[in-house]
Amino acid sequence: MLWALVALPVVFGTALLVAGRRADRAAPVVAVGVMLAALGLAVATAFRHTSVTAPLLEQLPVRLAVDGLSGLLVVTVTAVTVAVLLFSAAEFGREEARSRFFGLILLFAGSMLVTVTSVTLPVLLMSWEVMGATSWALIGYWWRDPERVDAANTAFLTTRTADLGLYLAAGAALASSQSASLSLEDLPGADEPWLSLITAGVIAAAFGKSAQLPFSFWLSRAMQGPSPVSALLHSATMVVAGAYLLLRTGPLLEASGWGDEVVAWTGAVTAVALGLVAVAQTDLKQLLAASTCAQIGFMVLAAGVDGTTGGTLQLIAHAAAKSLLFLVAGVWLTALGTKALPALHGAARRYRTVGIVFTAGACSLAGLAPLSLWAAKDVLLSAAREHTPWLYAVGLAAAVLSAVYSAKALWFVWRPQPAAEEQQLDTEQRGTRHVPRMSVPPLVLLAVACVVLSPLALPPLADAVERVLGGDSQPTPYAWELGLSAALALIAAAAAWAWGGRVLPLPARAKGWFRDWLSLERAAQALVVRPVFWAARSAAAFDERVLDRGVEGAARSAVGFARWSDRTVERAVDGTVTTVAAATRALGQLARRPQTGQLHQYLAQAVAAFTVLAVVLVLVR
Amino acid sequence: MLTALVFTPTAVALLLLVLPRRTPESVFRIVWVVSTAVLLAFVVGLWAGYDHGGGMQYEVRARWIPSAGVGYHVGVDGLSLPLLAMTCVLFLACAVHSLRQTRRVREFAALFLFLQTTCLGLFVSLDLILFFVFFDLSIVGMYFVIAGWGHQQAARAALMFFLYTFIGSLALLLGFIGLYLAADPHTFDMVELTRQNPLAGRSVYAALVLLAIGIGLAVKTPTVPFHTWLPPAHTEAPAAGSAILAGVLLKMGTYGFLRIAMPMLPDAWRDYALVIVIVGVVSVLYGALVALAQTDFKRMIAYTSVNHMGYIILAVGAAAATADTSEQARSLAVTGAVTQMVSHGLLTGALFLLAGVLYERGRTYDMGAYSGIAAAAPAFTGMTAVAAFASLGLPGFSGFIAEFQIFTGSLGPRPVATSLSLLGILLTAGLFLRALQKMFLGPLRLPDAPGSPRAFPDVRAHESVAVVPLLMLAVVVGVAPRFLLDVIEPASRAVVELLAR
Repeated sequence: MLWALVALPVVFGTALLVAGRRADRAAPVVAVGVMLAALGLAVATAFRHTSVTAPLLEQLPVRLAVDGLSGLLVVTVTAVTVAVLLFSAAEFGREEARSRFFGLILLFAGSMLVTVTSVTLPVLLMSWEVMGATSWALIGYWWRDPERVDAANTAFLTTRTADLGLYLAAGAALASSQSASLSLEDLPGADEPWLSLITAGVIAAAFGKSAQLPFSFWLSRAMQGPSPVSALLHSATMVVAGAYLLLRTGPLLEASGWGDEVVAWTGAVTAVALGLVAVAQTDLKQLLAASTCAQIGFMVLAAGVDGTTGGTLQLIAHAAAKSLLFLVAGVWLTALGTKALPALHGAARRYRTVGIVFTAGACSLAGLAPLSLWAAKDVLLSAAREHTPWLYAVGLAAAVLSAVYSAKALWFVWRPQPAAEEQQLDTEQRGTRHVPRMSVPPLVLLAVACVVLSPLALPPLADAVERVLGGDSQPTPYAWELGLSAALALIAAAAAWAWGGRVLPLPARAKGWFRDWLSLERAAQALVVRPVFWAARSAAAFDERVLDRGVEGAARSAVGFARWSDRTVERAVDGTVTTVAAATRALGQLARRPQTGQLHQYLAQAVAAFTVLAVVLVLVR
Repeated sequence: MLTALVFTPTAVALLLLVLPRRTPESVFRIVWVVSTAVLLAFVVGLWAGYDHGGGMQYEVRARWIPSAGVGYHVGVDGLSLPLLAMTCVLFLACAVHSLRQTRRVREFAALFLFLQTTCLGLFVSLDLILFFVFFDLSIVGMYFVIAGWGHQQAARAALMFFLYTFIGSLALLLGFIGLYLAADPHTFDMVELTRQNPLAGRSVYAALVLLAIGIGLAVKTPTVPFHTWLPPAHTEAPAAGSAILAGVLLKMGTYGFLRIAMPMLPDAWRDYALVIVIVGVVSVLYGALVALAQTDFKRMIAYTSVNHMGYIILAVGAAAATADTSEQARSLAVTGAVTQMVSHGLLTGALFLLAGVLYERGRTYDMGAYSGIAAAAPAFTGMTAVAAFASLGLPGFSGFIAEFQIFTGSLGPRPVATSLSLLGILLTAGLFLRALQKMFLGPLRLPDAPGSPRAFPDVRAHESVAVVPLLMLAVVVGVAPRFLLDVIEPASRAVVELLAR
């Protein structure tokens, strides 16, 4: 059953991709059908807790398993994907390459399913990287536009840079020989220094995928993709994969002795810093993207303080809210042709239903009581409080920021629209001024999910989730914590609403810095990309001017040496031979002279010779 | 069995040459395709009958030059069988790809069949002189392919290729003679030499022999700094020639390391393992960096070959470390190296054939001349994208299976070197994405022929029939590699054991 769950989307996704435009008409139906079947299978496996194994490499099998954590995740992933697919079916018209889009989404969701069910490193790495590659194809879906392809390249290369960590971790795990099968649960048993290397690798890979500091910038660029892609990428797949991995490898982080601190603090700092970035944005999709980094920061924080329950609740609740918000942003982008906040004045009034579901999502994101993200955050923050009060304080600050940016977005879209502002629309594409009827139901579904999930993070159900997840019992938030965070969120949201669209009294440079996502991408360009290109050019120049010339020079000097031998040595040798020949000839001529043919002369020669011989004999004796 | 496999192609080549002059060209093409297909079926048969744990199989011995210790000795084991299969697949793909080729078809087909003999012969040779003969004949065959069917600068590139690799082969011969003289009784037989380990305990002699053999094989592989013949040879060679050159001929070098250098000179190999590892890492990084700076598509692929061969050198170097590393890791590295040979053959073969498709339409390899090909040729774009992603080591394709094993196996013995060479897969990712973006995505722009813009038709049937099976095989190896690894693993364990003597 588990095989079927992961194989269904992968196989059908590949089939759609291979079929190409021929399957355009059938693609949406096939994709939704496949994903609904997968949802059914996911629910079934979540209750069953099965595991399957297949051989892959020498003594390194593929093992997939569903336990409490992955059970919750497979259901979340498939459910959100179904909603996104339903929306896309209405959104993507006949002129688009639908087969490619739906095929890629299926492949993408399939690799996420493998990621959350894999319990050995090789298969985790496989699905992890395939997810990155499909995200490249999805972000660059409109490939005619070079900017979108640039964004796709940035996303893939940034995440792959971090993925190298998993390769390192796999090698280190094998080298430590404690975990010869490379299964995730054996990783904490490795010995130093391999243990630290494994931990560092896993953390790097997770931060990259989850767009934590310092990798956050790729997520900003990823907004160039179609809105359904953003909705899926930012909610239940891809970016949460990193947080999931950290939640899954909690024992490893703890065993390393330093990993949990690094993870917790990076999560907390990301939650605050990217929260500020979100507040500074003037573009709805950028605001949502930054808020994704910040919200995932909470999950990462939870992983660092062993707050698995809180982290998981946050993950599920955030998935519902964020996919909804991105889809609505996409609706407005299609209808109004813009995603700039000032231009979206009154967007929620124009399309009332869409506005209301957006409000539900934004209130949840703000952490307003009693919606799900409010209590989920408190569950994980209470784990942080047990760890150290500082983390709790930073987390609370980040929660306040979530309320601020959510309220800011709400304020813009609900403000009555002045008639003169029509010209601000259509800045990015021609709006249709129309919301397709079929794209509303999935939004409503997600909004309902946002509301219905609310009690999940509160005591009776939260305890059930904790039991499902297994593991040690975790701190539950006190009533005062819940009250405090609810009050803070409400006050912050109200303040932000009251402040409205006024300019913040901050130096322009600081605002620019936050709006530019802390200039992270520029830093990466300057520190990594440009030096690499410089090195590439120098290496190519060296190759051409030194190595290749060297070889040619060797060949040329061989020819030169040959010529020189021809001229000098050869002449000398030839000269010697000629001289010898000439001398021989002379001797020959000399030897010919006695051969006169006259008998008396021969006799005289014989007499002379015998005389000499006789003299010699006498002397020698 | 093996003798028939090796010499059938040459027999067919001779047959093609003696056919009457008026024979239509299509006959040559069909005979060529059919005979390569039969050879592939033959190898599949060999594979089916191969006993995984049985060591050297299908052995044939015959007297050849007994006075000099030279014999005709052939056989296959887990190192050579996958390469035989890959060779036959690639030659079949080249035959299909060349179905529309019109320049001197008879000679082209005959030459390729002759080349196939040399390649198959080299991989089954169990005698050093036999190995050397096939090694040199392959150079001769490829020289004529490049010189006779190449692009404008072909004669020069072919000459450089010939001289460079020929000089390399002389170094190899020197090393072989060194081994021969050390053995008692004198012999060139590989199995016997491996068993004897004739240079055990004679470190200077062994080092010199390893140096000679190492340089000979390094030129053919090629590793930095002996690689400069490769880019011009590739840029000037016809598509099928490039595919064979990169896909099969380069493997002769790396195969030599596994078959000759490691088992016959284990002590010297262990002593100089660090040098080998460094050469591997430098090839990985340098090859990738230079490839990143290329503007010529084929030249770029040529440099990625240097990078990909570097991983193999890294793995065989890392496998030498015995101290406190598990045998599992070392055998994993060697298995990865052999898998990489197969994988690189399939993927680079596909990429070069696709480059041929590109050249036929645009008459240039310059990446700057193209943009947005995806609009004109979506299937071609799809295939190239798949081949590029496979080549950059994306999981689900054979390259990942190979590289993951190499990295995982080598990290324990050589942590620093392996970590550095990990950057190689990042650089290849960057360069392939850049190439895809430049040529295939964005607004449509194609090189102009004089007068009107040249049409850019999508892949034709024979082109996709040649390329798609290569990619599909790469996927099969990438997803379900057991059928391949079951054959390789016993052999790589044997190599690791021989090395640890």
